Amino acid sequence: MKKFAFFGTVAAMALAATGALAAEGDTLKEVKARGVLNCGVNTGLIGFAAPDANGNWSGFDIAYCKAVAAAVLGDPTKIKFVPTTGQTRFTALSSGEVDILARNSTWTFQRDTDLKLDFVGVNYYDGQGFMVRKDLGVSSAKELDGATVCIQTGTTTELNLADYFKANGMTYQPVNIDSNAEGEQQYMAKACDAYTTDASGLAATRASFADPENHIILPEIISKEPLGPAVRHGDNNWGDIARWTLFALIAAEEYGVTSANIDELAKSSTNPEVQRLLGTTDDLGKMIGLDAEWAKRAIKAGGNYGEIFAATIGEQTPIGLARGLNAQWTQGGLMYAMPFR
Amino acid sequence: MVDYPGVVKPPFRLSMLVYDRRYRSLTIQAVVFILVMLVAGWLVDNTLRNLAIMGKTFSFDFLFRRAGYDIPQQLIPYNSDDTHLRALVVGLLNTLQVSILGCISATVLGVVVGVLRLSSNWLIARLMTVYVEVFRNIPLLLWILVILAIFTEIMPPPNAYRGDNPQAGMLFFDLIAPTNRYTAIPTLGMTNPPGTIALGREGISWAFVAYAVAIIAALTIRYFVLRRAKRLQDETGRRPTTWWINLAILLVPLALLTWHFGLHLIAPVMRGFNFVGGINLSNSFVVLWLALTLYTGAFIAEIVRAGILSVSRGQSEAAAALGLRPGRTMSLVILPQALRVIIPPLISQYLNLTKNSSLAIAVGFMDLRGTLGGTTLNQTGREMECMVLLMGIYLLLSLLISGGMNIFNSRVKLKER
Repeated sequence: MKKFAFFGTVAAMALAATGALAAEGDTLKEVKARGVLNCGVNTGLIGFAAPDANGNWSGFDIAYCKAVAAAVLGDPTKIKFVPTTGQTRFTALSSGEVDILARNSTWTFQRDTDLKLDFVGVNYYDGQGFMVRKDLGVSSAKELDGATVCIQTGTTTELNLADYFKANGMTYQPVNIDSNAEGEQQYMAKACDAYTTDASGLAATRASFADPENHIILPEIISKEPLGPAVRHGDNNWGDIARWTLFALIAAEEYGVTSANIDELAKSSTNPEVQRLLGTTDDLGKMIGLDAEWAKRAIKAGGNYGEIFAATIGEQTPIGLARGLNAQWTQGGLMYAMPFR
Repeated sequence: MVDYPGVVKPPFRLSMLVYDRRYRSLTIQAVVFILVMLVAGWLVDNTLRNLAIMGKTFSFDFLFRRAGYDIPQQLIPYNSDDTHLRALVVGLLNTLQVSILGCISATVLGVVVGVLRLSSNWLIARLMTVYVEVFRNIPLLLWILVILAIFTEIMPPPNAYRGDNPQAGMLFFDLIAPTNRYTAIPTLGMTNPPGTIALGREGISWAFVAYAVAIIAALTIRYFVLRRAKRLQDETGRRPTTWWINLAILLVPLALLTWHFGLHLIAPVMRGFNFVGGINLSNSFVVLWLALTLYTGAFIAEIVRAGILSVSRGQSEAAAALGLRPGRTMSLVILPQALRVIIPPLISQYLNLTKNSSLAIAVGFMDLRGTLGGTTLNQTGREMECMVLLMGIYLLLSLLISGGMNIFNSRVKLKER
C-alpha cells in the first residue's frame, strides 16, 4: 500500500511539474493573478537600481518598474525586485523568473532576435567609457596601451573593449569580474588601471567613492549603448504594455504632465493628446487589456520621464548626469514618444 | 530453482507477480525501470517542447562563430577573432593546468602533513592537526576569496615599482616582482637561438628539443651505469661509486647546450602600466592553485594518516629490528603497504579537486566554466547546449582521471598470494 502511495505521489508531482513548467502564455493574466510584478534589476548600481539600508529599492530602472506595476496592478509597491547579474539576466527573463527586465541592458540585434527577447524601447542612450585614477596621468583612452582593465563578463562592453583595443593596435590585460561591486573593489585596490562600463554606470560608480575627485572618466565613448527594458519574445500584448508605459512617461514630460499637476490636468486639460493619455477621452487602455487610467497611474507612481531622471541620476544628484542625448526631441535630444492616438 | 520430480508446479497466476517472492523482485524492478524511463522521457520531452515554444533550436553552430572576447590566461595563442570552440579549448587547457598542478602539489603537501601528523614531536603533530581541521572544515570558496583578498590588498600595485625611488623593491636580484595583479618572474632568453619547429600558430624551439634529448639520453645512460654497478656488486660485493658519473652525464651536456645557445634570464621591467619582458604569473591562477592545494591537501593528509595507521605495528618493529632508520622504514616498508589503502580514496580527492577548479570564476580565472559556461554562454545565449557540453566534458575528464588512477592502483596494490 505504501509503495502505491509513493508511486501515486511521483505521478502527481510529474503532472504538477508539467503544468508549472509550461511557462508560456499570457504574462498580463499571470501578473494579475499573482498580484505582484517580478522585475529583473541590477544587483546594485547607485542611481539606476540599488537597495537602501532598509532594503527599499530605488533608482532610474526601479522607477520604470514601479510605473509598470502601477499601470497593470494599480499599485507601484506590488513588485518583487529580482537582482540579476550580467550573466544571469537574460536567462532569468526567458525562463519566466521575471516578467520584465529593466537592468541597463543594451539593445542589440542578436539579443533582440537570437536570444528571443523584445526590447520595448530605450530609456537611456548611453555609450561605453573608461574611468581611471587621476594620478595615473592618462587623459585619453588611446594612452591605455598595455593597461589592465576591469570588465564585467557577459556584457556587450566586453566585446566592445576587445574591438576597440584591436582597432587601435593596442594591447590590454582584462580582469574579468562578475558584478559592479566586485569591479569597484578590484579598481579601488588598484588591481586594474582602468574600469570600463557604460558611461552612466561609471558616473554612478564614481559617485559612490569616498574620493570621487581623484578619478576621471576619459572623454572617449567607444560604443553606442542604447539601454532599455526587455520582455520575452512572443507575448506581444505584454510587450505593448511595457512599450507604451515607457512612452507614457516620455510623452508626459513632453506635454508638461507631472506627478504634481496630473490630477488637475486630468480634469481641466483641453489638449486632446493629454486627454487621451490620461484616459479622460478615448479608452486607450482597453486596447492593451488595461483600464482607462493606466497611464495616469504610471505617471503618478514616480513622475514623468524628466522627473524620474532628475530625481535619480540627474545633475542635482551625486551622480550628476546631464540630459544630453536623453533630452526630449523638442530640446535636441533623442527621447521621442510615439503619438497616443 | 530446482525442479523436483513428482512435485507439481502450481500454475502461474497474475497475483503471483505481487505475492510470490520468486516473481516479486522482478515486478518491482520492472516497475521502477519503467518509471525512471518515463521521468527521463518526460524531462527530455518537456525541454524540447519548451525550447520549441521559445523558438530556440538545439544546435552547436555557435561554436564555430567568432568569439569576440579576450581571455586573460591562455596556454595556446588566442585572440578575439578566434571561434568559441578555440575559446572552449583555451578554457579546458586552463582547467587541466590548474587541476594537474593542484593534484601534484596537494599530494606532496598531503603526504608530508599526513606523516608529520603522526610525528612523535608534540608541537609538529598539533600544528598539523590545526592545519587539517581548519582547511577541511571551511568551504573552499571562502578560502579562495580570503586568499584573493590577501593577494589583492597586501601586495603592492605595479605602480609602486615605478620611478627612481620606488615604494616597493623587487626581490632576488631584481628578478621577481610580486604585485596585486600578478607576480612578474623572469623568462628565458637566448643570444644564439636555433630556430623553431612550426606547429600550428605556436612554434617549439629546437633548443627545447635539444634539452629534452639530452635529459632522456642521460637517463638512459644512467640506467646502464646502475645496471653495471649492480652486476659488479653482485660479483665482487663492492658497489662502485656512481653518483658523480650520473651527475656528470646529466649536467655536462646541459651546461654545454646552455653555453652554446647563450641561455640567460630576462628580468621583467616596469614599462607603462605593467611589467613587460618577463612572465606575468596571474594572481587569479596562483590564488586558485594555492586554495585548491591547501584545501585538498588537508583531506589527502587524513587519507595518508589512515593508510599509515592501517599498517600493523609489527611491520615497523620488524624494520627497526633489521636496523633500518626511521626515514627508510617509512619510505621502504610503511608507505608501500599503506598505498593500497591510500590510492582509492585519493582518486576521489583528485576528482574533487578537478571539479572544484570550476570555482575559478570567483577569482576571474578563465577555466572551462569561465569561457564555455560563462562568457560564451552569455554572448550566444545557448544555455542548453553550453551546459550539456560543459557537463559532458567534466564527466569525460573525471572518467579519464578515475580510469587512469584505477590502472595505477591495480599496479601498486599488494599482490595477494
